[in-house]
Amino acid sequence: MTNNSNSEPWDEIVVPKNSLLKLNLKEVWKYKDLLTLFVKRDIVAQYKQTVLGPLWYFIQPLLTTIMFTIVFGKIANISTDDLPHTIFYMAGVVNWAYFADCLNKTATTFKDNQQIFGKVYFPRLIVPLSIVTSHLLKYGIQFVLFLGFYIYFILIGANIHPNEMALLFPVLVLMLAGLGLGFGLIITSYTTKYRDLVFLLSFGVQLAMYATPVIIPLSKLEPKYQRLMELNPMTSIIETFRYGFLGQGTFSWGALAYTGIFTIVLVLAGIVIFNKTEKNFMDTV
Amino acid sequence: MSKTVLSVEQLSKQYRLGEVGTGTISHDLNRWWSKVRGKEDPYLKVGETNDRTNKGTSQYTWALQDICFDVKQGEVLGIIGKNGAGKSTLLKILSKVTGPTKGTIKSRGRIAALLEVGTGFHPELTGKENIFLNGTILGMTKKEVKSKLDEIVDFAGVERYLDTPVKRYSSGMMVRLGFSVAAHLEPEILIVDEVLAVGDAEFQKKCIGKMGAVAKGGRTILFVSHNMGSVKSLCTQAILLENGQKVFEGSVSDTIAKYVINKVNTSEKGIIDSKMRKMQSDETLIQRIAMLAEDGTIIEELYYKQPIDIKVNFEANQTIKDALIDIMIISQEGIIISHYMNTMNGYDPFVVQKGDREIMVRLNNDLAPGNYSITVGIHYSNGLTIEVVEDVYSFTVLKASLNENGHYPYEWSHGYLHPKAEWKLI
Repeated sequence: MTNNSNSEPWDEIVVPKNSLLKLNLKEVWKYKDLLTLFVKRDIVAQYKQTVLGPLWYFIQPLLTTIMFTIVFGKIANISTDDLPHTIFYMAGVVNWAYFADCLNKTATTFKDNQQIFGKVYFPRLIVPLSIVTSHLLKYGIQFVLFLGFYIYFILIGANIHPNEMALLFPVLVLMLAGLGLGFGLIITSYTTKYRDLVFLLSFGVQLAMYATPVIIPLSKLEPKYQRLMELNPMTSIIETFRYGFLGQGTFSWGALAYTGIFTIVLVLAGIVIFNKTEKNFMDTV
Repeated sequence: MSKTVLSVEQLSKQYRLGEVGTGTISHDLNRWWSKVRGKEDPYLKVGETNDRTNKGTSQYTWALQDICFDVKQGEVLGIIGKNGAGKSTLLKILSKVTGPTKGTIKSRGRIAALLEVGTGFHPELTGKENIFLNGTILGMTKKEVKSKLDEIVDFAGVERYLDTPVKRYSSGMMVRLGFSVAAHLEPEILIVDEVLAVGDAEFQKKCIGKMGAVAKGGRTILFVSHNMGSVKSLCTQAILLENGQKVFEGSVSDTIAKYVINKVNTSEKGIIDSKMRKMQSDETLIQRIAMLAEDGTIIEELYYKQPIDIKVNFEANQTIKDALIDIMIISQEGIIISHYMNTMNGYDPFVVQKGDREIMVRLNNDLAPGNYSITVGIHYSNGLTIEVVEDVYSFTVLKASLNENGHYPYEWSHGYLHPKAEWKLI
């Protein structure tokens, strides 16, 4: 009897180093309830004791769009592909903001959650996943704002011609989240040891916006800069979004496929690096 | 025979001393270079036993070294050791908060670790929301929490505040809620740190009771504590850690006895060295504590009911006009059995002149047979502490008495004190 019970396989074996390719996704799935509760916590906690609640999310894209319209549209007079300045900028700003939020917030996962991580184990990947999910709400609200302006401009007969590529919208959102998550995972893993990356990140994200067609449409660039900007995986997302909803922009399946593959590789690499770090990060953070 | 549910094999954990961040790149590169050449990690070879008192030469230290033990189902294992012995590190590795440097841990069944109560509580969320959050963080599913919600609320005694954000809770309520969630986890293996040291006495009792019930339910518990009393009442087996190594494993009373013998710094003639000083200042320096027999020789064993004569030698570097001297008798479980002060019973504080001084005190010996130690402190009469030496003089009270009819008659002995009693049958 003793022999029998002792030869039962172990449920779990902890060793110093796991295989790199063990993604642990099965375990993440087991903790899916925690994911939903984290999302709920992030959302609920943010609006407790505020009067306007989620309406605050309108402010940021609205002000940014107004500022861009004045500075780049009116003063610098940069072309916006024959689209109304406001809707052009808003399309870029809303999408960029979601990517930037995902990146900025996941990039500090280990630092922000030291307290919990130091006391209890659960698959750490839950936290960045919950960040990406809870910011989806903010994105949704801002997208509604965009739709409001969008309908207004269609009603006043602006030069807007949506087409079937707008149906790619869910894919675009997925890629935005994936890119933000992937970069964030890699950065947070290395910031546990090298804090330098925090400084790099804060202005790096701002600078990257200018390397993405948020302000200047891809088509208005010189060809050699166009090639360069196309290397940026965010470019095709923003351009496809504008092309689908507004009818102006540069669209190509090739560019979109490039971004898709880039996103998948980045997320996988991010998870591998993140998993490698999560095991011992408490010793270095 | 019950099956082994947890097996720890040659577990070691290395930490880097000093500041993390300086020179990490060069060490990382060096590691990588050895890996490329197929050699062992150069930094894993160095590192020495974790003795805090020696400065050591290496930048790396082993917080745990080659720890091996097995835990059987239903066993309640106590892990004891001094501060810095590696208890917390061991718990962290067992609970997967951090990984081992070497060795493996094999387990059967769900492990839940309780290193802190109320982990992840969000102040803005209500009590109920936090129960769900905390429960899922600890590894339950929403459904499991829901089915136990009433029990949890009942145990914590917070029904009225269930829909109030926990930021409005008193700290005691927060702790009760946190423990209550954890207590209803029902994992196969529960790892508990000294979280029981919180909450009021009544709740602590409730917690110990709950853990006892959990253990009787056939589940396995690993319990780390400084409180020998609760270790003794809860655990069946124990291991003793010292400087990152397992020095003893056995029944709980044997291990506690071993711990105490190790813990007391018995300098042969009661001379105090710097390691024993708990609090220190320039005004005084306690040099020697001794327990004396009638003839003035230094003894470590007392006969049953033999009066305790303690001599304290110290050096006063300045005159102290109102010195309060206190002496505590400490049991081997670390409990203060009695506390004597020179200002008790209406006596004035001592006026201590500068120079070498000696204090003699005679205490009535009402102690039960067993092992004890002494703590001595010098304070100002307003309570300001000048110097304390802790657990410095271990001594044994024997069952044998100087008086032929006064021997303690039994094999066993309960409690710590045997005050004088007069019996009558009417």
